[in-house]
Amino acid sequence: MSVLDPAWTSLLYLAAAVCFILALRGLSSPRTARRGNLVGALGALIAVVTVFMSVRMGNIPLILGAITAGSAVAAPVARRVKMTQMPQLVALFNGVGGGAAALVALLELGHTDSPWVRLAIVFTLLVGAVSFAGSAVTFAKLQELMTTRPVVFPGLPVVMAVVLLAAVVCAVFVVEAGSPALAGLLLLLGLVAGALLVLPVGGADVPIVISLLNAFTGLAVAASGVVLGNVLLVVAGTLVGASGTILTRAMAAAMGRSVAGILFGAFRGGSTAGSTAVSERPVRSSSPEDVAVLLGYAQRVIIVPGYGLAVAQGQHTAAELAQALQARGVDVDFAIHPVAGRMPGHMNVLLAEANVPYESLKEMGDINPEFKTTDVALVVGANDVVNPAAKTSSGSPIYGMPILEVAQARQVVFLKRSMRPGFAGIENDLLYEPQTSLLFGDAKDSLAQVLGAVKAL
Amino acid sequence: MDGMALLTVTVLAVFVGFEVVSKVSSTLHTPLMSGANAIHGIILVGAIIVAGQATEPLVLAVALLAVVLATANLVGGFVVTDRMLHMFHARKDVARTGAAQKADGK
Repeated sequence: MSVLDPAWTSLLYLAAAVCFILALRGLSSPRTARRGNLVGALGALIAVVTVFMSVRMGNIPLILGAITAGSAVAAPVARRVKMTQMPQLVALFNGVGGGAAALVALLELGHTDSPWVRLAIVFTLLVGAVSFAGSAVTFAKLQELMTTRPVVFPGLPVVMAVVLLAAVVCAVFVVEAGSPALAGLLLLLGLVAGALLVLPVGGADVPIVISLLNAFTGLAVAASGVVLGNVLLVVAGTLVGASGTILTRAMAAAMGRSVAGILFGAFRGGSTAGSTAVSERPVRSSSPEDVAVLLGYAQRVIIVPGYGLAVAQGQHTAAELAQALQARGVDVDFAIHPVAGRMPGHMNVLLAEANVPYESLKEMGDINPEFKTTDVALVVGANDVVNPAAKTSSGSPIYGMPILEVAQARQVVFLKRSMRPGFAGIENDLLYEPQTSLLFGDAKDSLAQVLGAVKAL
Repeated sequence: MDGMALLTVTVLAVFVGFEVVSKVSSTLHTPLMSGANAIHGIILVGAIIVAGQATEPLVLAVALLAVVLATANLVGGFVVTDRMLHMFHARKDVARTGAAQKADGK
């Protein structure tokens, strides 16, 4: 097979890199987002075709087979996954990307004598492994294969410090001597460090961690580009690393948190740990019929969706309830907290799926002044994003996070599975207020019962 | 490419990366993250190069594993992002046809 002229290779890689930049820019605006994503995919296609033409290589049938296998697994999963499970799928794809980068670096160790290249190898190995293991733990948390609460044990900071120290020592030896065995050990240490990094993170902060690990993988890919002397990998990896960092900070800012606080909060002693104890204070629980009467005879209702709605797949029922109320002349809107759910924008995607009109989805800043004149705020499976502790109790882990001001509505109805505290693990005092009533049960079931009762009014 | 040129490209890419996403609304945080996630699946190019030059069976096996993983990242990433954005798009179409119908009614 003839090999492409290096100048052509460089030009085609440049075209791919430009596609990636245009993709990221396109994704930053709602109008151009979908086209931007397709431009990115085009760039990836150009790059993959180019690599086959530009390097003299063997094993082509096997490589094509591996690409087919990877696509055959990933594409159907990506196409069929439920909207609620999207965050963990993104985490999973991110993790395998980091793992691939680490494997590439491991294999290149035997091909170089330069300490600088070995330094890049060590970096790729470590960061790729951290990203892989961290994403795996994130996936397990989001899929609820393990507890969503922060996992901490005494001596965790010490263990982490020992692992990191061992990794640094190991890395120095690999750079000096290039021993494959030590590189393997470094990979293992990276995996342990990645798991330890994410285990103490509380559930509500997981989206930010996905974004951070995404940036990590970007950096690992950039470093692997240095290892292979491939400019495209350097540019694409660096782009993702840089934009991922900005995005992580923007997400953290939307929650009123600092990235360092999220990662190390649990280390410092239970900031996100919260309490597991269920309070004994009395609450007012309600029946679907009572809730239906409240809603059906109100003038203004604001529905506040949260992760509970996503888990229960209740978005269609919520949309139907909104329609039924509107048919009775009730003014209904959805109040979207920027970080409700497991990813920022999660609720927008979910309700869009249920064909809730765009104008009914109100952003926090626009809807907050309207709670004062609202008859009923219906909180469906949300907790932390309406918890007044974020404003009032300075010791609370969510202190400083902007919240939806549902407490100002005349009546507040919570649809909750149980009295367990929300994802952040903090009690919500609003549940015990006199204007609050609770309807226990799965969000979709409760909504369906309320919907039935509203129709029967 | 020599080290200095690579460093130059890297630093410029950092600034481009900062710049292109600096004004994104929170609604698009998730698709943007997912799209960026797909882009780093381009490590597939590196995995292909390594697999293409592998001669020992063990090296080839590990390299092919890297190809599978990288492809999953790349293909899955773009598909899942497209699906997310499709929902936004569909919603806009519904809103637009709704508005158009209203306009027709007048």
